[in-house]
Amino acid sequence: MNTHYELPLEDAGYSFGFLDEYAKKEVRRCILKAIAIPGYQTPYASREMPMGRGFGTGGLQLTLSLIGADDTLKVIDQGSDDSVNAVNLRQFVQLTCPGVAVTEKTQEATLIQSRHRIPEKALTEQQILVLQVPYPDALVVVEPSEARRKVMHGEADYSRLLVKLYEDVVRFDEITLSHRYPTRINGHYVIDPSPIPRWDVPRLHQSPALVLLGAGREKKIYAVPPYTVAEPLVFDDIAFRVEDFRDTHGRRIACRCCGSTVSFLDELIDDAGKVTHQCSDSAYCEEQQETISARKQA
Amino acid sequence: MSYVAIKGGKAAIDGAASATEYLRSKGSLDEPLTLAMIEEQLRLLTSRVVSEGGLYHPRLAALALKQFQGDTLEAAFALRAYRSTKPRLLESPVQDTSNMRCIRRISSAFKEVPGGQYLGATYDYALRLLQLDLANEDPAAFKAVAKNFLRDTAEAELPDNFPKVIDALRAEGLLPPVVPSRAPAFDITRDPLVFPVPRSAALATMARAETGGLLAMAYSNMRGYGDVHPTVAELRVGYLPVKLPHPVTGELMEAGEVLVTECEVVAMYEGAHGDELPTFTLGYGACFGHNEVKAISMAILDRALQKGMRDGPSNPSEDPEFVLLHVDGVDSMGFASHYKMPHYVTFQSDMDRLRTTQQKMRQDTEETA
Repeated sequence: MNTHYELPLEDAGYSFGFLDEYAKKEVRRCILKAIAIPGYQTPYASREMPMGRGFGTGGLQLTLSLIGADDTLKVIDQGSDDSVNAVNLRQFVQLTCPGVAVTEKTQEATLIQSRHRIPEKALTEQQILVLQVPYPDALVVVEPSEARRKVMHGEADYSRLLVKLYEDVVRFDEITLSHRYPTRINGHYVIDPSPIPRWDVPRLHQSPALVLLGAGREKKIYAVPPYTVAEPLVFDDIAFRVEDFRDTHGRRIACRCCGSTVSFLDELIDDAGKVTHQCSDSAYCEEQQETISARKQA
Repeated sequence: MSYVAIKGGKAAIDGAASATEYLRSKGSLDEPLTLAMIEEQLRLLTSRVVSEGGLYHPRLAALALKQFQGDTLEAAFALRAYRSTKPRLLESPVQDTSNMRCIRRISSAFKEVPGGQYLGATYDYALRLLQLDLANEDPAAFKAVAKNFLRDTAEAELPDNFPKVIDALRAEGLLPPVVPSRAPAFDITRDPLVFPVPRSAALATMARAETGGLLAMAYSNMRGYGDVHPTVAELRVGYLPVKLPHPVTGELMEAGEVLVTECEVVAMYEGAHGDELPTFTLGYGACFGHNEVKAISMAILDRALQKGMRDGPSNPSEDPEFVLLHVDGVDSMGFASHYKMPHYVTFQSDMDRLRTTQQKMRQDTEETA
């Protein structure tokens, strides 16, 4: 080999958005297909990204294919803008997409990439939410073969999933699925809505914002288009329930920072073993705190 | 340094990066490793990385090994990510491996084969005794090794190309004739695997699979969970001239050469279909670099998967979905690593389910008591 080959200079060989233009175009075509068939897992040739498969490479490819210099990006992980993975992904986008603005404020973002949460604040038609997906197929809990699952989806045959839910009810008197709750989109395809908690599932229903889900390792893109029906899979006589944040006296626990009683809470255990709670959505929590202090000053 | 960063994620990442760099440099009494040192002296490590990275660039592979402190999974991963930034310029035509400039070529099926057996560089018959004098190697003596070898080796009786052993088997009718495929080869870098997939997709996936993963699957087949009893018809390692169409004239021209390991295994024959005579079956493996275990594993799995694709799998190693979706190093390593990331929202949700269920069952017990 040529021993005088010059290694690419730092950053110099990279185009806007890291991926080459053909790759981005391909992703955008798959996004259009995913929107046209709500809930359908569109296969695409997921590229290797410079962070681990499982760290949000599917979401990142969606973000990089959609983002333009006039976009404002928000990246969260577990609801927090400052979680290590969110910081890492945001820094990467900033590095490879010069000119893109970033924000922590949900309402300022045009594009939001998230892992495991949907922001507390209602999204608008002007926003796109990109969710990172580890397991794109809700049927994987009952059928390991993808080829067979594809047929089941095509026929909207979710009987085995319903049996699994029924068996849960018989054994535990509860459906034990916690996050990744199977959700039927537009009356046909059942999706894995990514590992968002049950709390966030109702937000998919008739969402004004486009919700795109990207699985990098499993090479799938799917969508919940704006104003689309999204129903968690349940039985007529068993209501879908979100996470319960009531204490032993039945009182709703409040966030220790902002006092909110209507947000999803993280449970924190201090060194003394004392359990406290705090909003998982850090931007929401900060805004609540600012509102409170502004009110006090006034 | 807090793991679940409520605040301070950026500082934590920066700190982790500098701590990693510290470990890379702390023990070094001398100079940093040069890329040439890695590429040449750790040539098998470099081979593994170009193969699993799916990008033939030994110098960048050496850089990746240096950067990731010898982690082959990470190094192959970095090469793949680098590859994502490059457009695909053309589809290469089929390369003829009988033109390979062999550095090693053996067949275990025959005592002698047309063209001859060339053992070449291998540890196969070496005693695995630690060579303690390497601990403090004299630089002058080290340099003399290569010089002396070249001085003592007679110049070039080696032929430029070797016939393929399987061609002889084919000529005798022991192997089925080659049926040229009209379909273009499946490009796994541009199309996702949607099952069922053609054999070319399986071969491409295995060619850049993680060596250990591929070996484990192949080993399961060899030792009982399968029925391939392979004989290595031929294993060759060498430099393959890469012919590409000239951008203007379209004429094939040599663009360079790549180090490749190639293996064909022949397995016991199966019942004939219809009036045809029974023949041996063939498994094929090939990958960038000098990776013999990988090429053999791939050849065994190719044979197993062909059977699975035709008759349905009766073992995990014959199931295309099971094998092909679990042998990629970048995928599997990435996903195993991602469990180290914070999962407190999903765990909160898990706890909610468990607490609710426990509560209900406790109530039920109290009611019946």
